[in-house]
Amino acid sequence: MTDAREAVTRAYREEWGRVVAALARRFGDLGVAEDAAAEAFASAVEKWPDGVPPNPGGWLTTTATRKAIDRLRREAGRDDKQRQAVMEHDDSPASDLGVVEDDRLRLVFTCCHPALAMEARVALTLRMLGGLTVAEIAHAFLVPETTMAQRITRAKAKIKAARIPYRVPSADDLPARMTGVLAVLFLVFNEGYLSSGPDAAPVRSELTGEAIRLTRLLRALLPGDGEVTGLLALMLLTESRRSARLSVDGELVTLAEQDRGGWDVALIAEGHALVRERLAAGVAPGRFQILAAINAVHTSARDVRDTDWSQVLALYDQLARIDPSPIVALNRAIALAELDGPDVALAVLDRLGDRLAGYHPFHATRADLLRRIGRSEEARAAYDAAIDVASNPVEIAHLQRRRDQLGR
Amino acid sequence: MTEFGSYPDRETMEESWAETGRFNDQLQADGHFVFANGLANASTATVVDGQGEIPLFTDGPYLEAKEYIAGFWIIEAEDLDQALSIAAGASKACRGKVEVRPFASL
Repeated sequence: MTDAREAVTRAYREEWGRVVAALARRFGDLGVAEDAAAEAFASAVEKWPDGVPPNPGGWLTTTATRKAIDRLRREAGRDDKQRQAVMEHDDSPASDLGVVEDDRLRLVFTCCHPALAMEARVALTLRMLGGLTVAEIAHAFLVPETTMAQRITRAKAKIKAARIPYRVPSADDLPARMTGVLAVLFLVFNEGYLSSGPDAAPVRSELTGEAIRLTRLLRALLPGDGEVTGLLALMLLTESRRSARLSVDGELVTLAEQDRGGWDVALIAEGHALVRERLAAGVAPGRFQILAAINAVHTSARDVRDTDWSQVLALYDQLARIDPSPIVALNRAIALAELDGPDVALAVLDRLGDRLAGYHPFHATRADLLRRIGRSEEARAAYDAAIDVASNPVEIAHLQRRRDQLGR
Repeated sequence: MTEFGSYPDRETMEESWAETGRFNDQLQADGHFVFANGLANASTATVVDGQGEIPLFTDGPYLEAKEYIAGFWIIEAEDLDQALSIAAGASKACRGKVEVRPFASL
């Protein structure tokens, strides 16, 4: 009995996306695919206690397909010839793996189509591929469930009405479209790693875990894409520090202050291996690969004093060439402060102020640099500015402690 | 708005027209073309509201929009990706933004 329940739970994690994707391909309708997949899992809960099928994924896909056909027959009043044809003869290959164009890959590109709003892409990806319930997604993004349900319904309707194709883009379009897909996954990860809302749990491992799982899937589907590998490495190396990032009193602990013994060595080893794989490829790295490499440098140092800052700076220089944004310049300045001193970094920061006034890490970094050169009053004002624009409670707690430690 | 519509000068306007003409020829050659035309200036518009007992006719466009619709294409495309890529070419040729909308299929 519990075996059956476990089998259903495991199948849900592992097979949901594949079942939905296979049905979406066959019926060309995400709504039909999603409902039928849900019905198939409901059947599994009922039937599997009598014996778990040898191939749970196949059983689920077959059951879901039958449910979808039944349902379409019932609704076939306004006879839809195309659907009828698909129902009667489906000559597409069974959803075995090993094909380059996996159904799930097509589903990723459909859910992350640039014609959909970013928030709709995130929600659809989590629902269709990750199998998160609407309630879970709504909770993760702190919106009412009805809002999230509408968002997903609207996105599915647009896919259908605007004829967003269910396919992997052509080779020419692939790099541009991949950027959007990776952005969605990184957004999910970041929301879990440092949530934006004041009422949310500070760290939500269900979201970081889901982002990692989906990125692993994408890497399995596109093993040659350097940025997919880079993003996975970046997530793993960031995730490896998760439990050291919060103090027992629920306060953010910065990289320099973390107990490095609390880092997850298995995730670090895996992340480092991926970074080495990309280095060995000898191809000019993109943004995520460079960010992963920076994290690899940090996680290689057993003590913060052993950090190879010149390496970090060189990587930020490389990043700034492909992404000359003020946020990259800010992070580069932090490495610069370690190498050339806080004064030099402060001079760089002063030139960024106009563009980063609403970005709390800017004020927090400035406050820290001012503190280090003894300009306490200015440091205090900068901490106040950071607290004003920060939203995550653990970050605010950290900033307040730093401010109060300034003395007088 | 200048006397050359949304274009800064006569030269740009004429260039854009010529380019849009070439774009349309290509559309026809590729079999996507159904119909295309420009619209007269938004100031020539009249809004008609026939929902009440007596129809109301009001001068001018319904919305005081900064970006007005200057013309339209009706094309045939396989799916949204193809339509978007055609629209990108159209936008480049006419030097304006293009909104893509499918016909409602009933």
